[in-house]
Amino acid sequence: MSVSPNGVAAERGDGYVLVRLSGEVDLSWSQEVRRAVLDALAAGTPVGVELSAVSYIDSSGIAALVEGFQQARQNGGRFALVAVSDAVRAVLELARLDRVFVILPSADALLAA
Amino acid sequence: MNAPQPLIEVEQLEAWYGRRRVLHGVDFAVNAGEIRVIMGGSGSGKSTLLRHLLGLQRPVSGRVRLFGVDLGEASEREMLDVRKRIGVSFQGGALLTSLTVGENVALPLREHTTLDESTIRIMSRLKLEVVNLGGFQDLMPSQLSGGMVKRAALARAIVMDPRLLFFDEPSAGLDPVVSAELDELILRLRDALRMTIVVVTHELESAFKIADTITVLDQGNILMTGTVAEVRASDNERIQDLLNRRPREVQVDADAYLKRLTEEEA
Repeated sequence: MSVSPNGVAAERGDGYVLVRLSGEVDLSWSQEVRRAVLDALAAGTPVGVELSAVSYIDSSGIAALVEGFQQARQNGGRFALVAVSDAVRAVLELARLDRVFVILPSADALLAA
Repeated sequence: MNAPQPLIEVEQLEAWYGRRRVLHGVDFAVNAGEIRVIMGGSGSGKSTLLRHLLGLQRPVSGRVRLFGVDLGEASEREMLDVRKRIGVSFQGGALLTSLTVGENVALPLREHTTLDESTIRIMSRLKLEVVNLGGFQDLMPSQLSGGMVKRAALARAIVMDPRLLFFDEPSAGLDPVVSAELDELILRLRDALRMTIVVVTHELESAFKIADTITVLDQGNILMTGTVAEVRASDNERIQDLLNRRPREVQVDADAYLKRLTEEEA
C-alpha cells in the first residue's frame, strides 16, 4: 500500500474552497491543519475537507475538523468532509462523529449539499 | 527485510519482595497493533510485571524495553519521552479528586503539549464521548460511580492517542453490560487509533473476547503465551485450573514456611 506524504493544501473550486489533507495527521502538525481549515472558512464560501489520502488521523486532527464545522455553523456557512478514507471513518465512528459531520462523496456535491 | 522491533521487550526479568521471588526470569514481547492480555490469579506476579512495564519499578535483574528504550538505563528525558507515548488506565482510576472530570482528562495535554485551549477542550471532551461520558466534564470524581471512574480514567489514558495503552483490570467491579462495552471499546481503539494494548485481567470472558494473544502468569512464571485457541487447548494443568476456576493446591515447604514465621529478617 502506498502512503501519501503529510500535506495540506487549499484550492479554490467553482464557488467553494477545498482543503486537501494527506498522510498521517497527528499532534506533530495538526495545528497547521487547524489554521488551514479556519483560513479556508474566512473566504465565506462553502468549505470541504478532502480526506481520501489520509491514512491516519488522531484526535488533534479530528479536533481541527470539529472546530471548523462548529465555526461554519455559527456563521451560517457550509462545511463538509469529502471522500473520507476508511482510516478516517473509523476514528469518526469511534466518537460517533460520523453522525454529526456532513460527509460527501465528492467536492462537486458541496454546492448541492 | 528485518521484522519490526516489538514495542515491548522483556528479557529475563526478576523481581523480589524481600526474600520472596515474585518474577522468575520472565521473557515477554508485544508487537505493534497487538492486544495482549496478561492473565493470572492473585499473586501470580501480573501487577509486578505491569509496574516494571510502566517503569514504576526498575528491574533488579533483566531488561525491560519500550519502543527500544531500556527502562533500566533510560535518562529522565528518555523516560519522559516514553511516558508521552504510553497511556495507563489504573485499576482504581487514580483520578485527581480536586480536579473535575474534564480537567483530569485534559491534564496530560496541558502537561505535555502546547496545543491551543480550543483544541485541548475538544480533544478531551471527544475522549469523554468515546467512553460514553459525554457532558460529564464538570462533575467531580467523587460524584461518579465506580464504572464511570473507570471510564473517565480510560478517557484520560487515551487523550494523547498513545501508541501503547496499558489497562489494569478493565472489568473489575463493573456490571456485565459496562464491562462488555469496555471490551468492545478496547477492540475499536486498536482498530481506529492503531493502539497496541496490554490488558491485565483475571476475567476470562473479557480476556478471550479481546485478546490477540494471552500470556498466562502463575507464581511469577510465564506458563505460556499464545492465541486464545492455543491457551484454551493447553494441556498444562495450572492453565486448565485457571480456565476452570479450580483452586490451586498450595505447595508447602516446611523449612521456608517456618523461616517466614520465625526469622527477624524474613
